[in-house]
Amino acid sequence: MPQAAAPLLSVQGVTMRYRTKDHLVTATYRVSFDVYRSDRFVIVGASGCGKSTLLKAVGGYLPTVEGKIRLNGQEITKPGPDRVMVFQEFDQLLPWKTVKENVVFALTASGRLEREAAEEKAMHYIDKVNLSGFADSLPHTLSGGMKQRVAIARGMAMEPDILLMDEPFAALDALTRAKMQEELLQLWEDTRFTVLFVTHSIPEAVRIGSRILLLSPHPGQVRAELNSQGVDAAGPDGRLLTQRIEALLFDEGATEGRMAHV
Amino acid sequence: MSDVTTNTAVYREEIVNTIENKDFGVIEKPLGMWERLFDNGTFRKGLMLIALAIVWEAYARWSGNPLLFPTFLATAKAFVSGILSGTLLHATWTSISLLLQGYAAGLLIAALFTAFASATRVGADLLETLTSMFNPLPSIALLPLSMIWFGLGNMSIIFVLIHAVLWAVALNTHSGFRAVSLTWRMVGRNYGLSRLGYVCKILIPGAFPSILTGMKIGWAFAWRTLIAAELVFGSSSGSGGLGWYIFQNKNMLDIPNVFAGLLTVILFGLLVENLIFRVVEQRTIGRWGMQI
Repeated sequence: MPQAAAPLLSVQGVTMRYRTKDHLVTATYRVSFDVYRSDRFVIVGASGCGKSTLLKAVGGYLPTVEGKIRLNGQEITKPGPDRVMVFQEFDQLLPWKTVKENVVFALTASGRLEREAAEEKAMHYIDKVNLSGFADSLPHTLSGGMKQRVAIARGMAMEPDILLMDEPFAALDALTRAKMQEELLQLWEDTRFTVLFVTHSIPEAVRIGSRILLLSPHPGQVRAELNSQGVDAAGPDGRLLTQRIEALLFDEGATEGRMAHV
Repeated sequence: MSDVTTNTAVYREEIVNTIENKDFGVIEKPLGMWERLFDNGTFRKGLMLIALAIVWEAYARWSGNPLLFPTFLATAKAFVSGILSGTLLHATWTSISLLLQGYAAGLLIAALFTAFASATRVGADLLETLTSMFNPLPSIALLPLSMIWFGLGNMSIIFVLIHAVLWAVALNTHSGFRAVSLTWRMVGRNYGLSRLGYVCKILIPGAFPSILTGMKIGWAFAWRTLIAAELVFGSSSGSGGLGWYIFQNKNMLDIPNVFAGLLTVILFGLLVENLIFRVVEQRTIGRWGMQI
């Protein structure tokens, strides 16, 4: 399908650097890509390729050294509720608020909705992630997968222009992870939100993504940008795509061995 | 038996059970009365207090010197008559009202100080330097100076109380703020909280375990400083506090009353710790799973 419209998110020539105690590290070097509306855009690469740094820059948490990031033509300078982040960490829910209050908090703190409307919308999305029965539970009583579901519900309730997901399933066990991937795709079928998803797992990228950006490590540079819309991850073309990605990422002197298949 | 030798492992049938056995007895059984009672912290601590009182009574009877160590019963009698006559009650109220004034003022100043320290680097440096200077300084050491500055009124006691509370609370709150999880901070910024909203909705709840610890330490410092100050200071405007009550009764060699005064100090400490701080703790950080 040709994309005639302007991209929703445009990342152009972005270089990211950060300082450690005694080094200045270049995390990504002149990375460019465009994300269009309703994309499931996945950034995949080995650890140290700067994918999380890049996502934090899109979130507005880190400044770029070079290049520009634009959302709807507006340059990104600080965090904002138009780009909601779902983190890997289980502690992203505020422990002093119940599941429902966590979602309501996001809606009211950002000034999206008044209290009552916020509660209604919160319950709608909590229902979407199948947690209605736990709306009044406190986060520490939930399992890891449930916490991530709440975080996703909180992100989706904001109805942001783009949902940023930073390895949201990485800390889950394999069974829960597979289930969550399935649910995320189901949610996408329902609402067709735009998501920018960072992962280090190639099978996850193939499963989730409609378009996949491969970053080479140290520093992160664009290795390829592939289509995977309509690819059945478990079928033969999915396996083919997985192999192709592995070849692209590991072709130079693959001494580090293959990544774990999860 | 196994003539069939192949390269693969031994073939075994798959096992599929249907679970119908219900012989395991109960799944959930309510706990008995004693188990429930001993799970109750208040009950266990109450037993401990009774045991301590018995030990006290036994020792005092054995030593047989009521002038140096009156029995628990004599102390209890002195306590009750002190309460009934109103002198002990009055002394306690004088102390508590002073304490609350000093504590509240200390908390307020600590809040302002910490806000300044979180907002600017100069503020943080100032707070850290001042805390390391003044936190180890016993507040009571400031009393002579305070009496010169503020005279023999309540103001000079409130001044040393503020000193007792301020540094403990400010130090704990400040370090608590800095230890608030980066993820919570990013979440707060993500939803576009204002500066004040960020402090009230993310930093304060996130740092609440440390803040509460600071408040508890500040409370204990203030209480002991107050009693000590009253012992030195005596009464002001005709009404003395608990420290004065203890001092006066010692001068009259009414030792059971001295013990009753001390008992009041202890009881009040127990009450505040177990009724106020414990309940606040359970309702907040305990409920949120930030403390086991």
